[in-house]
Amino acid sequence: MTEELTFEKSHPSAPPPRLPEAGVEAAPRLPANLLRKRPPALPRLSEPEVMRHYSRLASLNYSISENFYPLGSCTMKYNPVANEQAARLPGFAELHPYQDPETIQGALELMWRLERALCEIAGVDRITLQPAAGAHGEWTALRMIQAYHLARGEERSEVIVPDAAHGTNPASAALCGFRVVEVKSAPDGRVDVGDLEAKLSNRVAALMLTNPNTLGLFERQILEVSEMVHATGAKLYYDGANLNALMGICRPGDMGFDAVHMNLHKTFTTPHGGGGPGSGPVGVKADLVPFLPRPTVERENGRFFLDSERPQSIGRVRSFYGNFGMLVRAFTYIQAMGGDGLTQASKDAVLAANYVRKRLEGVLDLPHEGPCMHEFVASARNLAPQGIKALDLAKGLLERGFYAPTVYFPLIVPEAVMVEPTETESKATLDAFAEAVKEIVELARTDPDELRAEPRSLPVGRLDEVRAARNPVLRWRPDGESD
Amino acid sequence: MAERYYTESHEWVQAEGDVATVGITDFAQSQLGDVVFLELPSVGRMLEAGDSFGVVESVKAASDLYSPVSGSVVEVNEALSDNPETVNRDPFGAGWLIKVRLNGDLGEGLLDEAGYKAVTEGQSH
Amino acid sequence: MPYLVHSEEDRREMLAELGARSAEELLADVPGQLRVRGLELSPGLSELETMSNLRRLAARNRTYEDRFWFRGGGVYKRFIPTAVDAVISKPEFYTAYTPYQPEASQGTLQAIFEYQTLIAELTGLDVANASLYDGATAVAEAAMMAVVHTGRPEVAVHPYLHPEYLEVLRCYGQGRGFEVRQGLEQVGERTAAVVFQQPTFLGVLEDPQALTAHAHHHGALAVACVDPISLALLAPPGEYGADVAVGEGQQLGLAPSLGGPHLGFIACRQDLTRRLPGRLVGEAYDAAGRRGFVLTLTAREQHIRRAKATSNICTNHSLCALAASVYLTYMGPEGLRQVAEVSYQRAHALAERLSQLPGVELALPDQPFLNEFPVRMFHVEQSLKRLEAAGILGGLPIARWYPEMEDVVLFCCTEVNDLDAIDRLVEVLGQA
Repeated sequence: MTEELTFEKSHPSAPPPRLPEAGVEAAPRLPANLLRKRPPALPRLSEPEVMRHYSRLASLNYSISENFYPLGSCTMKYNPVANEQAARLPGFAELHPYQDPETIQGALELMWRLERALCEIAGVDRITLQPAAGAHGEWTALRMIQAYHLARGEERSEVIVPDAAHGTNPASAALCGFRVVEVKSAPDGRVDVGDLEAKLSNRVAALMLTNPNTLGLFERQILEVSEMVHATGAKLYYDGANLNALMGICRPGDMGFDAVHMNLHKTFTTPHGGGGPGSGPVGVKADLVPFLPRPTVERENGRFFLDSERPQSIGRVRSFYGNFGMLVRAFTYIQAMGGDGLTQASKDAVLAANYVRKRLEGVLDLPHEGPCMHEFVASARNLAPQGIKALDLAKGLLERGFYAPTVYFPLIVPEAVMVEPTETESKATLDAFAEAVKEIVELARTDPDELRAEPRSLPVGRLDEVRAARNPVLRWRPDGESD
Repeated sequence: MAERYYTESHEWVQAEGDVATVGITDFAQSQLGDVVFLELPSVGRMLEAGDSFGVVESVKAASDLYSPVSGSVVEVNEALSDNPETVNRDPFGAGWLIKVRLNGDLGEGLLDEAGYKAVTEGQSH
Repeated sequence: MPYLVHSEEDRREMLAELGARSAEELLADVPGQLRVRGLELSPGLSELETMSNLRRLAARNRTYEDRFWFRGGGVYKRFIPTAVDAVISKPEFYTAYTPYQPEASQGTLQAIFEYQTLIAELTGLDVANASLYDGATAVAEAAMMAVVHTGRPEVAVHPYLHPEYLEVLRCYGQGRGFEVRQGLEQVGERTAAVVFQQPTFLGVLEDPQALTAHAHHHGALAVACVDPISLALLAPPGEYGADVAVGEGQQLGLAPSLGGPHLGFIACRQDLTRRLPGRLVGEAYDAAGRRGFVLTLTAREQHIRRAKATSNICTNHSLCALAASVYLTYMGPEGLRQVAEVSYQRAHALAERLSQLPGVELALPDQPFLNEFPVRMFHVEQSLKRLEAAGILGGLPIARWYPEMEDVVLFCCTEVNDLDAIDRLVEVLGQA
């Protein structure tokens, strides 16, 4: 089942929407050279047709509201509906960013309190709420670290990134003008301390790590790593993609991390929206505070204000004050959960991951020893004799009503299958997922061709991505017009 | 026919007189999967051995191309822009990438068939 | 506890399966000295209490009746069809993940494909990406495209690009290592791009054809930062030959929300496609010949290209792009034109009335404008306070960015400001 495009459904007979008339005397016309020659070819559809179109598109999606997403490193947990209502309160949604700060005291207080709560969770001194997403937060933190070194008269040109890191880490470092140096992972997936030692020098501005690492393992030697990094004058950066394992258990700041980004759209339940908007606040220790983007939210005598007078600030990383609507959602979640609830959430996330991992023993390859934290990486290489790949397993899961785990990441595990169940899936769901994986592995043995033909019952089967990339069609064109 | 040499980054090179033809190896194309796009240099570009001269992309991977030799680019395989799959089908023949007029001899450090085989055996999984 | 699903019984069973006595055993890898025992945060609340707290905070913010918003400066109050929120409130859209598994994500993918087409149509360019964070970062991404494409180290910026966009561009430039020059006098062979905004931050219209020609004359790319609603009336960047168009899409169906989340859009000429940052959706077919959509040309992106990616962007503003699609589809060409036209007419009516007031004059009377314009007036602060007291969100004073314009206020009108509201604004300002 597929759906025509709005452009294909468009018909000239659709009445345009009723909108007010200007109701004022006619203004002088604009000079002709500034005007558009032909109107944009937007589709013409009536409201009922528009609504039906999007309702049908909605039905073609898997989503957290209907399906389990065991998607490693993405923390796809339940998105509380109360968050949505809070963000839509007119007192939040209908604010102009350039209103007098005296008229947005409630909003500023919310941002101020959210910052305090996130500081407590991450163990840092101050936070900027400006970054729009995790990668944006990484880049913001590296800009601060860059400014910090420059302010001390040091031009440090390298950033060290583990070979197992999220792709955004090296990309963000490169975007800051740093040379990216890779540090190897030891066979147990943890940072190879010997290799790190060899790569560290006074050219290094920062080491970027996530903990638990991308294999879902806690970096046990983190304090040793922190000491090594700081001894060279470099900073330690925390990629917060995996913070869901740690709330109320331990804090990146206490491990020695100087800068920490958090994904509100992972750990703090703001919805993914099919790929955003997210929010990626960055927390820092005291010596990076002067470099925070401006403005910051401050409190004095019970009043809140925006402080732009920050001479060492790196400036702005986006317009206005961040994805405020997402901040409201995360704050609502933290209020509802409280310290006790967040701690239990992380413990349940770790328990669920270990439980699923246990259920998959003997079904998939588990290259690293447990216990894991909030996620684990399995490998589908045991299916190689049947010619079955991690991708086939992923498609088999889609066929059985589950979203697929993250596959082929991290790159250091062949045929990687990365599973993060989160704390909001019931034991029954986790059991059903494990059963589905078993069923697929069984099918791989008995009828691998059938498995390779899945999914069969979704709106489309496997799409030819090679052809799509060789001759990209990135927009609709009317018949007869070519790209 | 002149002997074919290889690099550890999976390019091959074969010299006829002072012009060398450069491509990627069969091992490289099989690891990349279906090639969808190549970014290649313009004719006239000067290359030092080890310089990156372009990129080869598949759906799931992208890899820089490094020149095995020093010299100037005298010809680029234009046919690949419409048919990048030629690199998969015939990497050592019609799927060649560029031709380079050599500055002097082929450099040191290139691998022969046996040496390259040893490299690939360590890398396949 | 809210949103958690396990009973103590479940937890015990799961631990038993693991052969662990307690949850603590699973945390054995965390060094003891790092363990904290809980968080110093207030205890959790019921939904009733949570929402009551949130409502109290919301009530401490001043809101204005829609028709009394006369402030723009990058965020505008416009009519948002109910259809927009109805669609983006569908959990199948807002709780879906990035569409990496196309068979289970055709709804999101097709919506983005349609969005890409809408933005390409609107800007008159060939290709648009799946979205960026906001207008400011879209400008920065376009500048970086130009720096890479031309291999040149400077970006020249029109003097009245939105000041916050300029500040963001500078922050990116300092990191990435390109220089940002304000002013177009020194455009030359070091210039990668000429960036201009149409209408400018001050609301007035420039000659984009001349600016584009200026860029091209020096071998630089022309980057136009445009107001999407304006493109119903104004020549689109593709018509005057700009290479890249970017902008802020908040006006396409998104609530002001104190400045975010909104929508950055970017579109370009065909031959720059592989320089685009972020995601692209393309058409694809399955074995049965059914048409579908996939994320494509992904080898540009961070998860494959890592340090050499065109950008670090991963999560973008997909749901905001969906809102923009619904808005544009609902409006159609006539609706969008009507919105732009009514805004234009009413802004000119307001400008006319304001200029009749004693002590008030148009700051740039000879330059054409669309629906936002600068006004010089006495006693800026007191006047705005008076409007505030009357429930009116007056124009935007711009002295904080341009000290030389300490008596200049930027007013805007859209289709929400009816004649009644306009008269009321003029009346209150006239009571000096």
